[in-house]
Amino acid sequence: MALDLLLEAVLFGILLGCFYAAVSMGLSVSFGLLDVPHVAHPAIMVLGAYCTWLLGTWGFDPIIAGVVLTVPFFLLGMLIYRFYYEAFERRGSDAGVRGIAFFFGVALIIEVGLILAFGVDQRMVEAPYIGKSINIGWDIRLPMRTLTVFAVALAMSAVLTLYMSKTFTGRAIKAVAQDEAALRLMGADPVRIKQWAFGIATAAAALGGAMLIIIGPVDPGLDRVYIGRTFAVVVLAGLGSMTGTIAAGLVLGISESIVLIHPSLGASWAPAVSFTLLLLVLGVRPQGLFGR
Amino acid sequence: MKFWIGIAITLAITLATVAFVNFDYFFFAGYTVLMFVMLATAWNILGGYAGYVNFGTPAFFGLGAYTAAVLYKATAAPLVVQIAAAAVMSGLLGLVAGLLTLRLRGIFFAIATIALVVIVETVFINWRYAGGATGLQLLRPALMWPFESYIKMLFLVMAIMVLASIALARYIERSWFGRGLRALRDSEEAAECSGVPTLRLKVFACTVSGALMGACGAPMPMYLSFIEPASTFNLNYAIGALASPMIGGTAHWLGPVIGALLLSSLQQLVTVTISNEMNVLVVGVLLVVFVVAAPDGILGLFKRFVSRK
Repeated sequence: MALDLLLEAVLFGILLGCFYAAVSMGLSVSFGLLDVPHVAHPAIMVLGAYCTWLLGTWGFDPIIAGVVLTVPFFLLGMLIYRFYYEAFERRGSDAGVRGIAFFFGVALIIEVGLILAFGVDQRMVEAPYIGKSINIGWDIRLPMRTLTVFAVALAMSAVLTLYMSKTFTGRAIKAVAQDEAALRLMGADPVRIKQWAFGIATAAAALGGAMLIIIGPVDPGLDRVYIGRTFAVVVLAGLGSMTGTIAAGLVLGISESIVLIHPSLGASWAPAVSFTLLLLVLGVRPQGLFGR
Repeated sequence: MKFWIGIAITLAITLATVAFVNFDYFFFAGYTVLMFVMLATAWNILGGYAGYVNFGTPAFFGLGAYTAAVLYKATAAPLVVQIAAAAVMSGLLGLVAGLLTLRLRGIFFAIATIALVVIVETVFINWRYAGGATGLQLLRPALMWPFESYIKMLFLVMAIMVLASIALARYIERSWFGRGLRALRDSEEAAECSGVPTLRLKVFACTVSGALMGACGAPMPMYLSFIEPASTFNLNYAIGALASPMIGGTAHWLGPVIGALLLSSLQQLVTVTISNEMNVLVVGVLLVVFVVAAPDGILGLFKRFVSRK
């Protein structure tokens, strides 16, 4: 493979990787830190994308729409966790199988709900930065939409990483992941903290949805593709590590875009990349690249 | 003994239906319902008894279907040979998957099985001989005596496979395999410490479950006279296979059978009367309701009802 092609692939991979990291951030909190088998995370993201589209028809810029949406999605997330807690975690026994099945069902309901409401057609948004590209020299053109998403993804990752490590609540969330019983002894209510964290995870999914629809058209079934990608990133990162999530996103993005550009592999092999990576990590190093 | 009489009666009814009913749509729809009964029964061996959630049903089912299709294209092998080959291939896939995911539990195992689906699908999308992404048209072979329509024959074949897999699931449930699997579902550590060979049992359950799913997929190319990756590796098979035992009850072999009969018949009804999207919604809602409100499924509800009297 020619060197300039490889360079282009790596460059694209970095942009794509940051996007993957950003859409996985929420899952990194809900699954990585809280141990909730949140298979519905990508479905909530697609729901966020559709809400962004809906706001877009009223003239909202997709990024602003995504930021606005974090508020209702935060509340939605708190609600979902409360329900999950009452129905499964509190009863204790056998939450594993039924918890997974529960979120799987939720994902289905969201997916079909979107189909019933908006049909199976692809939706896209309009914004000044969509459809243009800039030349950065050496004949490499980068689409503006990818660059915009890259910037938003970086900002979001930075904010979340800082929040988790610097603020009181962020540290409390990390603490609840480490030792719930100890937290209870300190006089804090782990359920409330988890509920808060799940709200943040869902808000991150809303913003992720906005990025999803900026980067390309969205249809209700898109969540099925992203189940693999987001879980691959979170597992690869080592559960719950924020900086690890960014690194894992980059690994996935770069390897996917190299396969995409590779002359003898190409687009039809690209979807298998994330999953092969995931299987390898699960088989060889289950604690992830940056795990505890 | 009662069980075998039940099997014999069911078989007799099926034969009578095939002999006397002349309504092709009934067999078309019935085939799908039976197929989901078999998938649910196969899923339950690993998912219900051992407590490992398998989203990979489409991988095993699809590999079985493709094995049959490719074998038919290459050698025009009869259906029985296709089914046997499909069971072997998918059983091997189950063996490999089981070995690869030995140490994974809970959600990690579930995610790994999703990965399996995408990887197998990608391989077939890129395999030109098997039709690639556009698919493969297959001509059905000439009819065999005594059948007057091909769909009736497939219906009967599927019915026999369903009964066989139910008998197998029941055997596993009652033998030491089943007891071992239940032990490892309740606590893998405790089972291991009591001398249950948990790893071997898990791989065994993976293999048997996969082989049954593969056999179940084998007649599919003949049923459609066509095969293509997107619908063959559709996640809907995983949904049906997982939802039916959850709704029917996972602890007993009857659970997935009841769940699948109910769910697929309902789905067929909704698809015909309302729309294809609604039938997926029905599954989703039923799944959530049952998982939350009736953890032991219909069988659990029934047991509670009986013991209260």
